Amino acid sequence: MANALVNVPARARRGEIIEVKTLISHPMETGYRRTQLGARIPRDIIRLFVCTYNGTEVFRAELHPAIAANPFVVFSTVATESGTLAFQWTGDNGFSATESATITVE
Amino acid sequence: MSGRAPHLLAALSVIALAGATFAGEIPMTERRSGYDFLSRETRAMQDDDTANPGMLAVLEGGALWARKTGAAGRACADCHGDAGASMKGVAARYPAFDATLKRPVNLEQRINRCRADRQQAPPLAYESRELLALTAYVARQSRGLPIDVAFGGRTQPFLDNGRAAFYRRQGQLNLACSQCHDDNWGRRLAGNVIPQAHPTGYPVYRLEWQGLGSLQRRLRNCLVGIRAESYEYGAPELVELELFLMWRARGMAIETPGVRP
Amino acid sequence: MGAAAGLGLGAVITVVPVHATPKEMEDAVRKVVGSAPVTKGRVKLELPPLSENGNTVPLTVSIESPMTAADHVRAIHVFTELNPQPDVVSFRFGPRAGHARVSTRIRLANTQTVTAIGELSDGSFWSATAAVVVTLAACLEDA
Repeated sequence: MANALVNVPARARRGEIIEVKTLISHPMETGYRRTQLGARIPRDIIRLFVCTYNGTEVFRAELHPAIAANPFVVFSTVATESGTLAFQWTGDNGFSATESATITVE
Repeated sequence: MSGRAPHLLAALSVIALAGATFAGEIPMTERRSGYDFLSRETRAMQDDDTANPGMLAVLEGGALWARKTGAAGRACADCHGDAGASMKGVAARYPAFDATLKRPVNLEQRINRCRADRQQAPPLAYESRELLALTAYVARQSRGLPIDVAFGGRTQPFLDNGRAAFYRRQGQLNLACSQCHDDNWGRRLAGNVIPQAHPTGYPVYRLEWQGLGSLQRRLRNCLVGIRAESYEYGAPELVELELFLMWRARGMAIETPGVRP
Repeated sequence: MGAAAGLGLGAVITVVPVHATPKEMEDAVRKVVGSAPVTKGRVKLELPPLSENGNTVPLTVSIESPMTAADHVRAIHVFTELNPQPDVVSFRFGPRAGHARVSTRIRLANTQTVTAIGELSDGSFWSATAAVVVTLAACLEDA
């Protein structure tokens, strides 16, 4: 059960470049930390973030352990048509989370 | 960490010496939130709800608020309704006196009392994701409102205890809270600016923690920092210190969820 | 949220058993660019010169580009020289992105230089670097 916050403008003009902000709850455990007893804490990170716009991929990010906990990614896309922006995060230990936002393009 | 400790000790010993020039309480007009000492980047992180990782906990807290739980099968919302109305200003008044326990309780303890009495649910562990989320959600409803804890009367002895603890030298470094936060605020300790210790943003998202934590977690950090014996979560001594700090910050605006280094 | 809490307070210490070296970073860069030359310029990399905490350092990277089908930025890759591993993140764009501009937050194990490399649709590679001083916090839980 992952929490994600996405911020997409509800309306935009056709052709306008909009800013998309995404934030997701995840520890991004690096795999380089140890407990006080010396046991290595296994890596547990989000490895991939993909944004599709009405089914077409418009942006992706491949993440490594150097991305801060609770990954925050801000990018842009062209408002081409009304529809849905879908966001998917996938990672270690079968992690998968999705979120979506609708946009009206005039 | 071994490389850091001597550095910290050196920095603290400078403060211990500086403590000889006791500056006393911070005048009301000179009080500043920890927010004012943040870098531009960290302020931006707190200011923008989509950039503030503490908002993830608020989001989760909102879901927990509406979820039925316990033997009573009741949600917070079943009694309190819309938190935006019913919880507005509540966090600004905690710790508050509990008539049954005959002592002040903090917001986390109030939530757990409600779980026990109204929901017949087991208490949530201190610093658990759920308790922090619910606390953050409730406190978020007071954002922008002035801190307004009750003092005087039956609360006063507890406030006085908290004040005494704040000014008491303790730990192997023999430091009082006041020596950093009254006398040396604005100066640097290791890489960070020493804030005035006003609890305006709790539960707070601390970059050092890479997560959300309570005021008690922060107080325990400070106690470890001065090599003092800490108290268990929920200990009356910590609640009294919380009460004093909230009184000391009276009138300042709640920022929950704050972001701090 | 509360990862440290979930693992038990104070039970987690941060150790960095290995550091990437500039040579390892060079290798990581070569894996992305192959034998193509990398030219300094065009990429704008923004990081605070002084960071309050290496756990969360804001980063913005951008490249001026018309972002058309014929002329756009394909990707921007970020590397560090002194983190345990050099790779930080790769962003992939197409003309639909509008701008080749991204912000995120990264971890820096120490004071070091961050490198961003942009990959354009004409096959050229461009780079920028930024130096960040990471300060250490006082009063850590595990101090």
